[in-house]
Amino acid sequence: MFGKLTLEAIPFQEPIIMGTLAAVLLGGLGLLVLLTRMRMWGYLWSEWFTTVDHKKIGVMYVIVALVMLLRGFADAIMMRAQQAMASADAAGYLPPHHYDQIFTAHGVIMIFFVAMPLITGLMNLVVPLQIGARDVAYPFLNSLSFWLFVSGMVLVMMSMFVGDFAATGWLAYPPLSGLEYSPTVGVDYYIWALQLSGLGTTLSGINFIVTIMKMRAPGMSMMKMPVFTWTALITNILIVAAFPILTVTLVLLTADRYLDMHFFTNTLGGNAMMYVNLIWIWGHPEVYILVLPCFGAYSEIVATFSKKPLFGYTSMVYATAAIGVLSFLVWLHHFFTMGSGANVNAFFGIMTMIISVPTGVKLFNWLFTMYRGRVEMSVPMLWTIGFMITFVVGGVTGVLMAVPGADFVLHNSVFLIAHFHNVIIGGVVFGCMAAINFWFPKAFGFRLNERWGKASFWCWLVGFYVAFVPLYILGLKGMTRRMNHYANPEWRPYLVVALVGAVIIAMGIFFTVLQLYVSVRDRKKLTDPSGDPWGGRTLEWSISSPAPFYNFALVPRIAELDQFWEDKQNGVAYVQPAKYEDIHMPRNTGVGVYMGAFGTVLGFALVWHIWWLAAIGLLGMIGSFIARAYDQDVDYWVPAAEVEKLERSRLAKLQQLHTTQVVPVAPSRQKVA
Amino acid sequence: MGSTALSATHGAFEDVSHGGHVHHHDDGSKTLLGFWIYLMSDCLIFSALFATFIVLAHATAGGPSGKELFELPYVLGETMLLLISSVTFGMAMLNMHAGRRNQVIAWLAVTFLFGAGFIAMEVYEFAHLIHEGAGPSRSAFLSSYFTLVGTHGLHVTCGLIWLVVMMDQMRRFGLTDATRRRLSCLSLFWHFLDIVWICVFTFVYLRGAI
Amino acid sequence: MHALLSRLRYASVGAAVFLSGCNMEVLNPKGDIGADEKSLILIALGLMAIVAIPVIVMVLAFAWRYRASNKNATYAPTWAHSTRIEVVVWTIPAIIIAILAVITWRSSHTLDPYKPLESNAKPVTIQVVALDWKWLFVYPDYGVATVNEIAFPTDVPVNFQITSDSVMNAFFIPQLGSQIYAMAGMETKLHLIAREPGSYAGLSSNYSGEGFSDMHFQAIATSQDGFKDWIAKAKATPVVLNDETYQALAQKSMKVPVAYYGSVAPGLFGKVLNKYMDGMQHEGLPHEGPPHEGMSHEAMSMDMHHHADGDAMSSPITAAKAEK
Repeated sequence: MFGKLTLEAIPFQEPIIMGTLAAVLLGGLGLLVLLTRMRMWGYLWSEWFTTVDHKKIGVMYVIVALVMLLRGFADAIMMRAQQAMASADAAGYLPPHHYDQIFTAHGVIMIFFVAMPLITGLMNLVVPLQIGARDVAYPFLNSLSFWLFVSGMVLVMMSMFVGDFAATGWLAYPPLSGLEYSPTVGVDYYIWALQLSGLGTTLSGINFIVTIMKMRAPGMSMMKMPVFTWTALITNILIVAAFPILTVTLVLLTADRYLDMHFFTNTLGGNAMMYVNLIWIWGHPEVYILVLPCFGAYSEIVATFSKKPLFGYTSMVYATAAIGVLSFLVWLHHFFTMGSGANVNAFFGIMTMIISVPTGVKLFNWLFTMYRGRVEMSVPMLWTIGFMITFVVGGVTGVLMAVPGADFVLHNSVFLIAHFHNVIIGGVVFGCMAAINFWFPKAFGFRLNERWGKASFWCWLVGFYVAFVPLYILGLKGMTRRMNHYANPEWRPYLVVALVGAVIIAMGIFFTVLQLYVSVRDRKKLTDPSGDPWGGRTLEWSISSPAPFYNFALVPRIAELDQFWEDKQNGVAYVQPAKYEDIHMPRNTGVGVYMGAFGTVLGFALVWHIWWLAAIGLLGMIGSFIARAYDQDVDYWVPAAEVEKLERSRLAKLQQLHTTQVVPVAPSRQKVA
Repeated sequence: MGSTALSATHGAFEDVSHGGHVHHHDDGSKTLLGFWIYLMSDCLIFSALFATFIVLAHATAGGPSGKELFELPYVLGETMLLLISSVTFGMAMLNMHAGRRNQVIAWLAVTFLFGAGFIAMEVYEFAHLIHEGAGPSRSAFLSSYFTLVGTHGLHVTCGLIWLVVMMDQMRRFGLTDATRRRLSCLSLFWHFLDIVWICVFTFVYLRGAI
Repeated sequence: MHALLSRLRYASVGAAVFLSGCNMEVLNPKGDIGADEKSLILIALGLMAIVAIPVIVMVLAFAWRYRASNKNATYAPTWAHSTRIEVVVWTIPAIIIAILAVITWRSSHTLDPYKPLESNAKPVTIQVVALDWKWLFVYPDYGVATVNEIAFPTDVPVNFQITSDSVMNAFFIPQLGSQIYAMAGMETKLHLIAREPGSYAGLSSNYSGEGFSDMHFQAIATSQDGFKDWIAKAKATPVVLNDETYQALAQKSMKVPVAYYGSVAPGLFGKVLNKYMDGMQHEGLPHEGPPHEGMSHEAMSMDMHHHADGDAMSSPITAAKAEK
């Protein structure tokens, strides 16, 4: 009846897990009661859960990502504490069985459920606004992508309390992840969580490509697109090209585990090295999927806060495209030590190094954007400068490991760990933090508190170096990754320092939470009445903060790269059109939520081999989808009068500010709607 | 599950696409572009499966090889069913452009029959192989064979479900913008599966049998 | 170019001095391969420092110089393009990467773990089997085997033949140089040489499950006499490694102490390899040669013989297959 699921699946004997479970249950219950008493459910359901508004979906992605950051970081602190304790073969406080799950979960969560939703969320929030569109190409699909991602996340979180999670490392190399060596449900949770969220990611990749290709404001040619949109385009192309490979890889692993097939087993002709190749054919582009939009955000930020156009826009675009292409030609550098032969290794090593050329060009372009600018050291700019320095270090160690001969002694060591945290924290986390601080006003209508934002930045920056420089050194001392305990007591001081670094980062995270709290509290004081708090250059700053649900009352016409900046220079940024028009909008729908819920049921049932429940989940998903195809009431019109009322009140406010002028536009000159 | 659900979600591209701008009132081009991109991603799924099959084609682990297993005439029969179903789908599309709803439904029904016949033959073939002791767990070669061919079969099955839905929508809503768009996507999907099958036939069956 | 490289080596001495303060094993190698890899690391770092250090300095300098409050600094609000700068920022990194690429191509070949080392001394062959969770070492020329300890003479090349009878592991002695994966059904090769006597830490550097952290061993580099004594000690152990004792050893176990086997059933290593390779046999093809040479799978044999094939460039897709 319940497949492999019994009460014993709940790890009652693990005090850490049970404590967490109790806290989660109590906290969850408290939240439920609070929401019920505040009568928030109706509001949440109709305004948020069922929304197809790209801005709200973007915000939900970021919120989920920040919550998951807390989980992933808790894992990190536990690992650092374990390694700081388990010197000279002391046992520490985490047995290998538990510790191995923690480092696996840390990697999976940080990549799939923190970094991915952060960049997807930011793209959702920003891309349509930057190109002058009213939504993404397929608003319902966007909602579905989000809820599929959530259902994957729910499975990962569930694995902590019901059963276990994979203890295989974040890429689950077989044969270790095969049934013979990992007989519990851990790897199954891993598979289905990644399949569900990966499906969401692929769909959202398609959505964004079409949005960017088809929905740009009239006049916005490709080479007039803002750089962030460019990076988003390349990232989504990479998503659509890489994620199907992940899907296949996991399907094959599933076939091995569920259907007794032999793709990656040791026996009957299986070939585990094929898995390693396949997973990295996805895995390496994935790194660029994460970092490219952050590069885009840095580009916007550095130009805005230097009060200058981005230096070398064209080479920036070509560099981004080059990185995108090259990212598919380097996967083998993740396993030079597999014995592929000198020619193959050298080829992939050199391809990897070549990527550093366009990446280096980007850095120089940011540098020369600052050159002869008026650089304002606001929070987003601080993150950007911190990134530029940190990323150079990460790039150097990356190119170093691209040399196969050097990699032969550095591979799989904690030097590697330090390197990729160097680029992922220094590149992706800093980028997302910069971007959140930068675009927050556009989502909520008020800025984030600067003081706590700066405190958070300094803690992250200092904490990062304190945590990872010791790991660079330990890597050179021959310490390998994923060790539960170790014999050499000389390593311990470094690991204690690394723990201190992690604690400093924890303070950075705490300050971010504090920053959010203080900013919400002081939202009146931090309000952004103009919609353009930083002196922005691109279209998203031309509309009010928070952006109206229809984004643009009139679709702007584009003639320049930084059209809004030019308009401000020419005094025509804020126009009062003679006439507004009705706006066509998609209607909210709960189908995404239902499909996500059925997806969770399906995943959970498959993990535990509860076949009847899996059938319900699958039929539920397909059924909801077909039902949606019969729904004729999927859109509505916003009357021109309503648009006019909203816009007039905004323009009136702008007039009061006296910092901007609102000019009327004759009907003949009116921007084409 | 990934690929099943992926192909099950194709319809999402169109039923909301007119939710964009007034001025961009959808001419279907967004939908078709999106669906093309989806097909390309699906194409990558098949490419990866083909690559896997080629790597493992000789890993028979002492079990039967393709040469011993495949019955080309039977597979040729399957192939013909699928090819004819593409032609009949083409007839449905011609009638759609001519605005003849009932003919569209009729041709879709014919397409469905041929598609279902293909699936039935494939299921029989699989059952036969498993019965012979040449199931997917026998060797890496057979694992990759069943997975590649089975994934194609799963896609065709999704296409069949989609056909049923479209016939019903055609009956209820007639030839509206939305149903035309959806039918165009399904047509792309169906022909795409035909092309994939031709690759399967060539690389798996012909190459295996020679 | 050679002059440049040697200058770079001097340039990186500063870094090396700082780093050696922490006694880093990888930068304190005891054999040729490790020594070459160390200088490769330092040369690469030195080359990259040519760009990296100026960039870091420029970031800080520009951020300071052009801070908003410094009204003395030039402000060029529309300046966004300079062909000269663009050419420089594409060219300089490209030149450095080109130099590094040449170094990479050469070093990938000289440091190829499959390449036998040139030496007048007769190499010692050690067959390595990764088990859950310990290392089994077989000395086929001496008919002894050990668990979690190896010994070999200094100044003599050591040829490792490596496989796994379980999941993937990686065989690594940081102070001697390169590591390489140990995989079931496949033989990987590693050639190392020690120049200084000592006992060096060895480990598995690829996570392999619960007992992974204790999967370390000692690699003892000693004199010829010391090695003879060590072999004699092993030989004197009255335990035989045959199918039966091997099966017992192969069971999962953790924190396994050092053990010696005075004699080893011949062909044991080949049997472990062949156990999984049978699966790769194409039906009907003749089974020829010693077990691991007998794979008729073209992709597999490609890997085994890629050295014999000269330097023909393998495409990525054959690389994908080649590893098995």
